[in-house]
This record gives sequence, structure tokens and C-alpha cells, in this order.
Amino acid sequence: MLPEKFGKKIAAAGLPEKTKDQLRSFLEGKEITDAQFKQILDRVIREYQSTRIEACEAVGVIAAQSIGEPGTQMTMRTFHYAGVAEINVTLGLPRLIEIMDARKEPSTPTMTIYLEQDYANDRDRAREVSWKIEAAPLHEFGDITTDMEQMQVVVHINTKVCEKRKISPMEIMEKSPKNIRDRRHYRDFEHEIDEENSRVAFTPKDRESYQNLFQLAEHVRNVIVQGIDDIERVVVRKETGEYILYTEGSNLKDVFEVAGVDTTRTRTNNISEAASVLGIEAARNAIIYEALSTLGEQGILIDVRHIMLVADMMCMDGEVKQIGRHGIAGEKESVLSRAAFEVTVNHLLDAAVANEVDELSGVTENVIVGQPIQLGTGDVKLIAVKPEN
Amino acid sequence: MPSPKRIGKIEFGLLSPKEIREMSVRKIIWADTYDDDGFPYPQGLMDLNLGVIDPGLRCKTCDQKASECPGHFGHIELAKPVIHVGYTRLIRKLLRVTCRSCGRLLLSLDEVAKVFGTEDDLTGDQVSEKDVKKERTCPHCGEQQLKINFEKPTMFSEVLLEEGRKVEHKLTPADIRARLEKIPNEDLIPLGMNPEVARPEWTILTVLPVPPVTMRPSIILENGQRSEDDLTHKLVDIIRINQRFKENQDAGAPQLIIEDLWELLQYHVTTYLDNEVAGCPPARHRSGRPLKTLSQRLKGKDGRFRGSLSGKRVNFSSRTVISPDPNLSVTEVGVPRAVANEMTIPVRVTSYNIEQLKQIARNGPSRPTVNGPCGANYVIRPDNRRLRLAEGNLDTVAEMIEPGWTVERQLRDGDVVLFNRQPSLHRMSIMAHRVKVTEGKTFRLNPAVCPPYNADFDGDEMNLHIPQTEEARAEAYILISVEENILSPRFGGPIIGGIHDHVSGIFMLTHGMRHFTKEEVLYLLRFTNIEHMPPTAKEENETEYWTNKQVFSQILPTELNMVFRASSCQNCETCKKELCERDAYVRIFDGKLESGTIDKKAIGAFDGQIVNRIIRQYGMRRAAEFIDDLTKLSIRAIMLDGFSFGIDDEDLSKTEHGQIEEVLRNAALDVERRIKIYEEGQLEPMPGRTVEETLEMQIMQVLGKARDLTGQIAGRHLGLTNSAVVMAVSGARGSMLNLTQMAGCIGQQSVRGERIVRGYDDRTLPHFRKGDRGSDAHGFIKHSYKGGLNPTEFFFHAIGGREGLVDTAVRTSQSGYLQRRMINALQDLKVAYDGTVRTTGGRIIQFQYGEDGTDPTKSAFGDPVDVKGIVESIVKEEV
Repeated sequence: MLPEKFGKKIAAAGLPEKTKDQLRSFLEGKEITDAQFKQILDRVIREYQSTRIEACEAVGVIAAQSIGEPGTQMTMRTFHYAGVAEINVTLGLPRLIEIMDARKEPSTPTMTIYLEQDYANDRDRAREVSWKIEAAPLHEFGDITTDMEQMQVVVHINTKVCEKRKISPMEIMEKSPKNIRDRRHYRDFEHEIDEENSRVAFTPKDRESYQNLFQLAEHVRNVIVQGIDDIERVVVRKETGEYILYTEGSNLKDVFEVAGVDTTRTRTNNISEAASVLGIEAARNAIIYEALSTLGEQGILIDVRHIMLVADMMCMDGEVKQIGRHGIAGEKESVLSRAAFEVTVNHLLDAAVANEVDELSGVTENVIVGQPIQLGTGDVKLIAVKPEN
Repeated sequence: MPSPKRIGKIEFGLLSPKEIREMSVRKIIWADTYDDDGFPYPQGLMDLNLGVIDPGLRCKTCDQKASECPGHFGHIELAKPVIHVGYTRLIRKLLRVTCRSCGRLLLSLDEVAKVFGTEDDLTGDQVSEKDVKKERTCPHCGEQQLKINFEKPTMFSEVLLEEGRKVEHKLTPADIRARLEKIPNEDLIPLGMNPEVARPEWTILTVLPVPPVTMRPSIILENGQRSEDDLTHKLVDIIRINQRFKENQDAGAPQLIIEDLWELLQYHVTTYLDNEVAGCPPARHRSGRPLKTLSQRLKGKDGRFRGSLSGKRVNFSSRTVISPDPNLSVTEVGVPRAVANEMTIPVRVTSYNIEQLKQIARNGPSRPTVNGPCGANYVIRPDNRRLRLAEGNLDTVAEMIEPGWTVERQLRDGDVVLFNRQPSLHRMSIMAHRVKVTEGKTFRLNPAVCPPYNADFDGDEMNLHIPQTEEARAEAYILISVEENILSPRFGGPIIGGIHDHVSGIFMLTHGMRHFTKEEVLYLLRFTNIEHMPPTAKEENETEYWTNKQVFSQILPTELNMVFRASSCQNCETCKKELCERDAYVRIFDGKLESGTIDKKAIGAFDGQIVNRIIRQYGMRRAAEFIDDLTKLSIRAIMLDGFSFGIDDEDLSKTEHGQIEEVLRNAALDVERRIKIYEEGQLEPMPGRTVEETLEMQIMQVLGKARDLTGQIAGRHLGLTNSAVVMAVSGARGSMLNLTQMAGCIGQQSVRGERIVRGYDDRTLPHFRKGDRGSDAHGFIKHSYKGGLNPTEFFFHAIGGREGLVDTAVRTSQSGYLQRRMINALQDLKVAYDGTVRTTGGRIIQFQYGEDGTDPTKSAFGDPVDVKGIVESIVKEEV
């Protein structure tokens, strides 16, 4: 146990919590003299003070270089099985570009759903939650026959499957015609529910056309009757002592409404969805997490601070903006800087009619006019005053 | 030197016809350029008032010579107004949102306030086309509005309803101009225009500025013919048509001809401004090449903005091939004598240095040997006249030198220079080195600095820049010297360290326990600055012996204390520490290596635990010294034993070949068995996968395992006596996988992560039966590189190899663009004096950099303080 006198001194030192914790854990159970302790604490404080960032440092350029430079070492391979063998995720450079582009929809949306205590340790209950999330089409719940003579599509609900998946046959029978109309926007049919035999019959309005019948049959087969539309697949895995659901497809809002889902830990890789459901701070954290794990998966060491800066820049205005022409780079104050990036001529023409003024404060502008840039040593304005005598 | 003037700001606006005429020095009316004598026509496109390009002539406007006159604008009076293509969208918008009769904005004042906001409300938007409902009446004069159609590139028309039919009525530029003139100033502000500098009618050109000849110089070909610039060609076209138009107009030509000419004039002005407009055939040169007109000059990578303004050219630079030299310090660069003699540094003559500089001037421009004193190429008199130093005038010029003169001295050892290799992806791609003049024709560098430059010696070239002012040299030395850049800002660890043979060499030196005689120890440490031999480790037969660990300890700082595990560590469940049979438990006590092997984890670039600790405890300069000593020691260590690798290093004995064959045979049988199960329909698919996918995954797994097994068999035979194993274990180069492929079996070739499936109908190659799913038919190579591939295997290998090549090609362009975008988005950010991160405009991005204000460069792999290292070095035991 760490002697109290040391503990107090550590607590009183002007150091970040992380460093204090590290100090405590490393000194735990060590036989150290007072002199040694003082030496350690002094050196820690000295090193802490020497690692502060210096004023005028061009942190933006360093962040961009630090993320961009290892880009050449990343793989192009789009699909990779990260963690879960059953679920495809875009990784490597394409994923990094996707994050920086702030796409509305990632090419492979996935979610990691954590469960509340009661569900997380019980395989069956975890499975139950997964049934409520995974989109299940009607054909998984029973036999569908197309009766050409009667011109109707008949569904026999398999009550055993319903029992297994914790849904009543009646619910399915009511939901299926409703969902065909509401979600699939197909309305040219009538239906008849036979509760005793758990049987639904669908009849197209136009009884002359076989084409319509088959079209209807297709809708009946694929209508989602249980789960959330966008989530095509759910995999339940036991990891670090609890059951976690991995999904293909993402719908944060609806998943949050499912009982048993731990809304504090559940995450999606769709950043714009995180922004609209949870807000901009969540989106910022999502960008940091996604970028860091994409780079980390490729074995690239990178300081979080660089990614934080990129994320903060992207989320600056309260909405997720892309790095590039349609986002940050296209909305800069400086005309010359925008013109030097992309779509040169249009920026100049528009600047003229709007009577824009370039204050020449940024980097590109000053390079263009041939002046020292306002960063690093160029930002220091020291003038030696001649001593009077 | 006068203090340079600063440009405060740049304002953008439109040129009014009045301004164009005012700034013009000459009205241009003739389409001709030069007369028969080669003299410019007055009032022609090359008029002497517009500036001069021929040497000898003087500008008629400013009376300066070609090199001094910046050129002056002229103007062309257009017969009829024409539209500026760049503003067609603006014109369309203005026509749609303003009244065709009174010119007011088609919104009542309340509506304007709703969209644009009142004076003190800054949240409003600019009025756009969407805010004005289609075909409404004017709220000011009650006029019924018509629909405006726009046809690319420059055609506008109104849609009239005549007798129930829609009739399109064409609007001439003159009509449009008349309508734009009617828009009152106060209605323009909600539209995002400032009428002070940009009246909308100025987007319809009535007078065209003619750029000075200096920006469209004609070049004289070898045959003496003049070849005009593309812009001049275009201007000639415009003047010709304009002239013809005027003549026809004056002669009262029929409306049809006038319209045709008007359209033609519009076409020429359009292509003069932008030759890549949609819906407009580009104007071409006689040879069929599209002309490079105004927009094309500005646009794109080689355009004015990205090519000329953002990318500057410099003097005092040189470039040549690089080659390695382990005897140089990492902070040095070897500069060939030929380069050192050509590159100069200006030195002001003062009363303090006049004698040295006179001697330098006397040495002259040619340095006979590498070790000879540096000379000078030029001296500059106070009136800025340059005197060239040559064999004949050395002494006379040297005697003339007085304080106030400048001597352009050649490079000599110790000068600070910038060294760079493209692509310059991060700041370590340009570092300051100290010059060491060397023989030969290549730049030399210590191979330990290759990682930051990402350089190798297969023909790479690098650039050298000489800072010309004292301030620049000081900045270069203090901020960007190699010593300051050992730590990478990317992850806070060292990026400079031992590579390849350094790692193998130090591994072979420190692995296990060895003893060296005095001669050997001295040989190993000869090039380091060691003054005393350590106490002997043992004495045998009257010879003194030192251990290998003692030899290595000589280059360590004396107070270093640390414990870590080498890269050969297997992460055993219970660490045997000092008794590790791989000697992977590294323990340094008071600067002495007690146990363990030094390898990549200890001194390698990117990992370098020892380098990292030395930097934190003793600073960058000591670390640079350590790396210097290390490279010299390790190279000598590897030379002591000799190190080579050849075809016979992959030799295996009969037993191993038998075992490998057995493994591969079993794997092939296993694959067949699984295929059979699949074909019988007995295969149980994995959740969420089809049966085929499941089978493929199983086969890949079986074959992968088989390959690894052959590697293990080969590895068992090849021990640490094998060079490839030494390299793989120490982390110097290559991996056991490479060795497996050379000696054991190459394994499965894949395309996009799957076995090779493409090719002919139902089969990859005609050598196989249709529908064959076996391992051979889908790219499994069971031979080793040494054993040799059979023809089908060779073909599959080429398929797999191609994917890698395509991948690399695509990746470089994609990641390059990503980096360009990121730099552009983030370049203006800096840490302010209050610790916040702000744009140069003052917007706050972060309240404290990185949430804790820690510099990632100085951080210990991300942590603000390397607590472990500090505790370790004081407690002197593992924590």
C-alpha cells in the first residue's frame, strides 16, 4: 500500500489525473525512501512542464501530416472481417476517406449493441433482444403458397417459429398487410385473416393479371414483420464476459427503443446518424473512435490529439462537415485560399460580385503574395528596442 | 535592407466599363501584330504602349526596358455588348428575381426582411431563386412576370403566351443589360452583391480589356518565325469579328446577318474567357489543340494558383542521387565537391572577418581536394555589382575587399543545409544537416536517417537547399535539425534509429554470452569516443576477455536504468526473466547491459526503447550521439562475424522435405474430404453465410494452416545460424513467413481475399477439370520459391502479384488527395498564447489543445509524462 504521505503529495501536485494514477499504480507496493520519492515526483513534474505545447505551434498541419503520411501504408482492401468473422466491414484507406468525407451513409453500416445488465449475461435473453432487432421477412415465419387457381397468396404461420422468436402469430398476421402498405408502398390487394388456423390470404385487386399476383407474392415473402427494417443481420457474441450484438445495417433511433439495449454504450459507425440522434458531441466522439480504430486496425500508431483536432474542426459549426471542397476547405474566409484549393475560377468570380475582402491571415494567401505566414516563428512579433543612453 | 512592405488585404470587385477605359493606355483597333519589318503595329495587339517584350525596345507608356516594364492594359470597344460566361448563372438569377418592367426585386419589403433578416439580425440568408414564386406579378408595379429560359452557354429567352401557345422570345445581351441597369442599388444587397464595386450590368461586357503583351509574349521559333500566344490568337479573332460587325452595322446590314455576327462575337469572347464551357465547342489552334485561354491559365495543378503562386521555384538548390555512409553522423550529409564548389553562402565583410574572407577570395572558385579550404565564386560590391572570381583576378579582387562588401563563399564542413526527399509527406521530409564535403558525385547520408525520408538507395535522388541568411540558418539549426526531429509528432516515439544491418549486427553482438579479446574489443569500438576499457570479465590462458554485453554498454549513458522485453520475446505466460532461453529479457542497470539482446525493440526506428529513454533523460543531442555510436558499433559487429544470405541458406534435409510433403498431402486430402461433404449436401453453413462461402472459408483455413506448418518444420531445421532467421527474429528485415515461402511452401494466392476463381468457364485454367474445387485448381502453390513453381502455379502467382501492384498504384493517388484535402482544411490552425487552438482568423476550435495541452511530439507515446521510465530509472528495477 502506498504510504499516505506520498499519496497526499501526489494528490496535491499540479499534474493531470492520468499521470497521478500512473504514479500511484507504479509506486504501489514499492519500497521507496523519501528521497527517492521526492526525486521521482520532481522529475515527473519537470517532465510534465516540459511537454506542454508551445504557443504558435502549427498543430493543424502536424495533425494533417500525421494522419495523411501513413495513408500510403494502408491497404486498399475494402472488405475485412474485423472482430466478427460473419460481418463485413469496410476498413483501411477507403474507410478513412469515408470518415473524412462525412458521408451520409457509410458503405457498410454496422452497430455494436451492448445490453443492460440483466440481458448481457444471459444468452437466451440476449437472443430475444436480437430477434426484436433483426429484420425478419414473413417467409421466415411460415409457408407461403401462391394459389394460381384462386388468385391468392396464402401464408400459413408456423406457430413454433413464432414461439421461438417470441412473437404472437396474430401480431404477424396484422403487421404483414399493414407493413406491405406502409413500408413497401404496395396497396393493390386485399387480405383475410383466419385466426384459428393462423392463416392469411392475400388477394390482388386485379384478379386478371398473373403478373400482379406474382408481384404480390414477392411483397408478401419479403415484408418485414419483426425487427427493424435497416438491420439486415444480427450476430450475438460473447466478449469480455458479456453478450454483445453486432449488426449489419444501422438504425440507432429504433434500436434505442428496444427493451434491454444499453443506450449508454451502444454505438454505430454511421457518424451522421450519431449526429442526428445523439447530437454533435456524440458525432465528434464517433469520428475520433472510428478514425482511431481504423488506423489502429492497420497497425498504425497515431496520437489521439491529431484525430481530436480533425474531429473538432469537422464538428465546429454544430453539424458534421466534410474535409474538402463541400465542407471546411470550401467555406474558408479567404478567397485566395479557396481558389488555390479547387474550382479556382468560380471562387474568384463569386468573390468579385460579393465584394469579398481577403485579409491575408491564413497560410496559402501569404504564400501567394510572398509574405511570411502567421504561424510558428512567423507569428512572433518581437522588436528589439535600442537602449537609450 | 529596407523593411519589406506588407500587403494588408486584397479586395475583389468587378471592373466597370469606365474603369476599363481609364486604366487602358491604348484603344486597340487592328487585328495585326507585327508589320513586315517585325515592328509592332500602332494600335495593334502588340502596340508599344502595352509594354515590350523584345529586348532593346522601350515601352511607350513608362519608358522602361523589357525587363523592367510590367506592361499596361489596352481596351477594345465592342460593337455590341456580350455576356461574360462566368456570370451566366448570376444573370439568370437576377433576371428571375427582378421585375421585367421596373427592375425591383420581386418580393415585398416584408418578404425580403423575412429571408434576409433586418439590419441587426445577421442570421438571414441571401435571397435566392427559390424565394421567388414562379410567374408572379411584381409587388411594386404590378407587371406580370414571364418565365426566363437559359440555354447553355449564353442564350437567354423569355416565354410569352401568344394565342394560347408558348412562344420563346430571345433576349439579346443588350436587352439583358438594359434590364440589369434598372435594378436599384438597395435591392442588390439582399442578393449578396455590393453595388459599389459590382453593378450587375457590368457582367455584360461593352468594352474588353486587352492584357499587356508581357502576359502573352510571342516566341520566336528556330526558323525565325514568330509564334503568338494563345491569348493573342483569341484577341485577333475578337478584333476581326468586332471590326466586321461594326462595318456591317454601319452599312445597315439585315437583322439576320447582324444576329449571326453578334453570336459569333459572343462565341469568341466566351472562349477567350473560358475555353471549356459546357455546350460550346472549344476554340482550337491550327494543329487541332484546344487553346489555353484565361480560365485554363488559372485552373488546375499546373495553373497559376497551384502551379505558380502556391509553388515557388528557388535558387541555391541542388539534386543528385543518394548513397549510404555509416561513418557519417546522422546529423551530417555528404556533399560532393562539385556541388560544394557551386553552392554559395553570402558573408558580409566586417572588420572582424575581413582577413578570413580575403583568404577565401584568394582561394578562388575551384577547390582541388575535399579537405581543401573553401573558396568563393563571387564578391559583391556595396553598389550591388557582382565580380566573378576567376583564376586570373583572385589576388587583385581580394585586395579590393573592404568592410561593406559581400563575399559569396562556397560550402564547407559544418554549414547548415536543408535536405529533402519527395514526396514530402510530413515535416521530417525536410531536415537540416551539417555539410561534410565528400568525394564522389552523390549525396551521402547515414542509413539511420532513411526512415523519416522514407529513402532507400536504389537510385533515389534528394534535394539540398542552402539557407542564405543568418536568421534562416539559425531557424534551420534550432528547429529542423535532425537531432530535433528524432521524435515523430505522429506518436511521440523515435522515428530515427537502427535499420537493417544495424539491427542484425547489434543482435549478433549482444545475443547470448560471448567473449572478446582486447583486439576485438578495440576493433568494435574504434570509431566511438570511448577513452577507457572497462574492467575485464575473465582471464584465461593469460589473455584478457571482455563480454559482448560490456562492449555494448560502452555506448550507453552511465546512469541509464531500464527493463523491457526484446522483439524476440514470445510473451510466455510466466516470464523467466534473466533466465530466458531466448535472452529476450533486457535489463540495463546504471548504464550496463546486464542481460538480454539488443534488437529492433531497443534501437530500431519507430520502436527504439533505449533511444526513447535517452532522449527523455539526456536530450536530443545525446540521443543523436548514441545513434551515431550505435550505427558504427553495429556495422563493425556485423563485419566481425560476416553476414550473408544465399540460396543454400534455405537448404533443408530429406526428413524435412518428407515432413513438408506429408503435411501438404494431408491438407490436400482434407480439402477433398470437405469438398465431398459439400457435394453430398452435408455441409452445415455458418450463420449468415451460404454453403459455398462456408466451404471456401474452410478450405482457406486448412490450406493456411498447412502453410504455417511447413514454416514451422523449416524453422525447426534453420536455427539462429541462419541469416534469414537472425533477420526475422531481430526484426531487422523480413519475417518467418518470408522464410516459410522460400524454404517450405508459398501457399494460397488470393484475389480480393478469396481463392482465385476467375478464368474460363467453371475453371481457372484449361489444365483443370470443369467444376474442380481442389486446392491446385484455385491457386494453392505447394512448392517453395527455392523448389520452383510449376507452370500453373507460376500463373496463379502472377495473378496474385498483379493485385498488389494495382493496389499500390490506386492507393498512392487516393491517399495523396486525402492528405491534400486535410492539409488544406487544417493548415490555418495554431496554438494561441492562451493555449487555445484557433484559426488564423481567430475562431476557437479547441479550448485546450488535445484536451490536456500536451505536445504529441514530446509526449511519451501519448502520455503527458513517461512515469514508468522515471520510476524505473530511480528505483532501478522493473515496475
